[in-house]
Amino acid sequence: MSGISIPKQTATIALSQRQKRFLKALLYHVFVGIIGLAMLYPILWMVAASFKESSEIWTNVRALLPETLRFENYTNGWKGIGGITFTTYYKNSFIYAGLGTVFQVAASAIVAYGFARVDFVGKKLWFTLMLATLMLPDQVRMIPQYIVFDRLGWINTFYPLLLPRLGGAPFFIFMIVQFIRGIPTELDEAALIDGCSKSGIFFRIILPQLKPAIITATIFSFYWTWDDFMTPFIYLTRPELHTVSVALRSFSDPASATDWGAIFAMSSLSLLPVFIIFIFFQRYLVEGIATTGLKG
Amino acid sequence: MGGRVASLETASPLDRIRARWFTRKTQYSLSRNNLVGYLFVSPWLIGFFLFSLIPIAASLVLAFTDYDLLGNDIRFIGLENFDRMFTQDLRYWKSVNATLRYVFFAVPLRLTFALGVAMLLNTKRRGVYLYRAAYYTPSIVGGSVAVAVMWRQIFGTDGLVNALFGLDVRWYGDPKYALWTLITLAVWQFGSPMLIFLAGLRQIPNELYEASSIDGANAGQRFLRITLPMLTPIIFFNLVMQTIQNFQQFTQAFVITGGNGRPLDRTLLYPLYLYRRAFVNYEMGYASAMSWVLLLTIAVLTAVLFVSSGRWVFYHGDNR
Repeated sequence: MSGISIPKQTATIALSQRQKRFLKALLYHVFVGIIGLAMLYPILWMVAASFKESSEIWTNVRALLPETLRFENYTNGWKGIGGITFTTYYKNSFIYAGLGTVFQVAASAIVAYGFARVDFVGKKLWFTLMLATLMLPDQVRMIPQYIVFDRLGWINTFYPLLLPRLGGAPFFIFMIVQFIRGIPTELDEAALIDGCSKSGIFFRIILPQLKPAIITATIFSFYWTWDDFMTPFIYLTRPELHTVSVALRSFSDPASATDWGAIFAMSSLSLLPVFIIFIFFQRYLVEGIATTGLKG
Repeated sequence: MGGRVASLETASPLDRIRARWFTRKTQYSLSRNNLVGYLFVSPWLIGFFLFSLIPIAASLVLAFTDYDLLGNDIRFIGLENFDRMFTQDLRYWKSVNATLRYVFFAVPLRLTFALGVAMLLNTKRRGVYLYRAAYYTPSIVGGSVAVAVMWRQIFGTDGLVNALFGLDVRWYGDPKYALWTLITLAVWQFGSPMLIFLAGLRQIPNELYEASSIDGANAGQRFLRITLPMLTPIIFFNLVMQTIQNFQQFTQAFVITGGNGRPLDRTLLYPLYLYRRAFVNYEMGYASAMSWVLLLTIAVLTAVLFVSSGRWVFYHGDNR
């Protein structure tokens, strides 16, 4: 009998320890989960409000879920401002964010290869200068750039938004340089012996291996361009050239705005591309920030 | 190079051929490398001159003029812009005041939250990646106009914050609180420094914690004696980056406060005021002078942080 009672005792101890661990885990998940939910709550609230009737949004502010799911806010909101629909705004945003991202990332990759794999006179100096420009406030470049673009008659064209992007971006150049430095040089050397040129090495050997770095740079470049307000706001002043971010701001002007359901609908919709990319490429995002300390 | 030559005797014939080939190759390809190198970096180099260096030099010149975009003749006025800025423009000092308060509160609070949450998420528990995504989400949408619009409404008089906490505060109308709505928005977006902290926490060798537990250190001591010192390089990096960034905050302040810094200029962040001078009043000379003061302020602050870092940042292998 006593032989049975001893394992029974240890069993209860083990169980209570497991219970303890379970309790600890539960506490952790409740605590971290609730804070996480609180973090997301404003966004969830806005998305929920976009399905509510405009009057319902403010009469029962605390309620998260709408009484009835309404899509009218989206159709009403899409009509836009002064006869210009969001179709136009999205088209403009996709021109800026699409071309801008492609230009910026492609140029950054090419420049990064030069800095990472070719030895040329003055490389160190230029690289240091490039890193120094990371700390420059945009405001110090903005005014002369505007004056010149204005003189060229390029206000209300996409040139001032897209041309500077053909030079790449220091953040992405630095990130891709770091990535290339991690690629072993054996393949380069072998290709060099086989008579491959530097540009051949870049396109045939380095570029295919750069995929993760390029994806990360593309995502961030797209995010920042999609969200960019200042540049299109200054240069694209004609309403039919407004991007989504600029249009949203006029759309939601407190002095004239009344249809809050439609405003929240269009705001939520503008975040959709960002969320879709986030869901599918989360890994690249997290690694990109963690390894290079990207801003955001 | 020396290593390659020294190992030649023991190297295989193939290696020897390769090495000899390389020495010959280096001599004749040095000038070629220069050409190729400059070709590859030329997009950035051209952009650097056209869109950074020349504009910066131009804005320095403009800072000493009264240039406006209204068609008036341009005159060199010496230090007049700076004199006006520092001694006559009351609004300028209000904007400096708002900006310093904003940076002074937003940056440390954001970093504190980032570190705190990073420590919470530095665990191998199941589902942690979901929390990481949730905590990072505000940061990926934070720069958008949509979120600024949302923030303005949830802090509105009949908005979510007042409703949830049973308050009746005019967040944007009251000079006491207006800037805090911007600061909370900045703190809410602690995602990027959090991820950087998280990566840093994973680098700390576990043996340090094990050894300290054997020595009987409690959680607080472990945090103060191990976690914090080991993280100082990352804290430093985040501090520099966040300070630079927060001095340039524009979009959210512009959308939330309607672009004029109300109430009583309490939310008139420096870039906002600079924008008004340049693109509302078209005083390009004055705005250029302002931008140079911003540049120098950031440069000096960064330099101060770098100099101070010698006292509090510990790098691996330091025997202090």
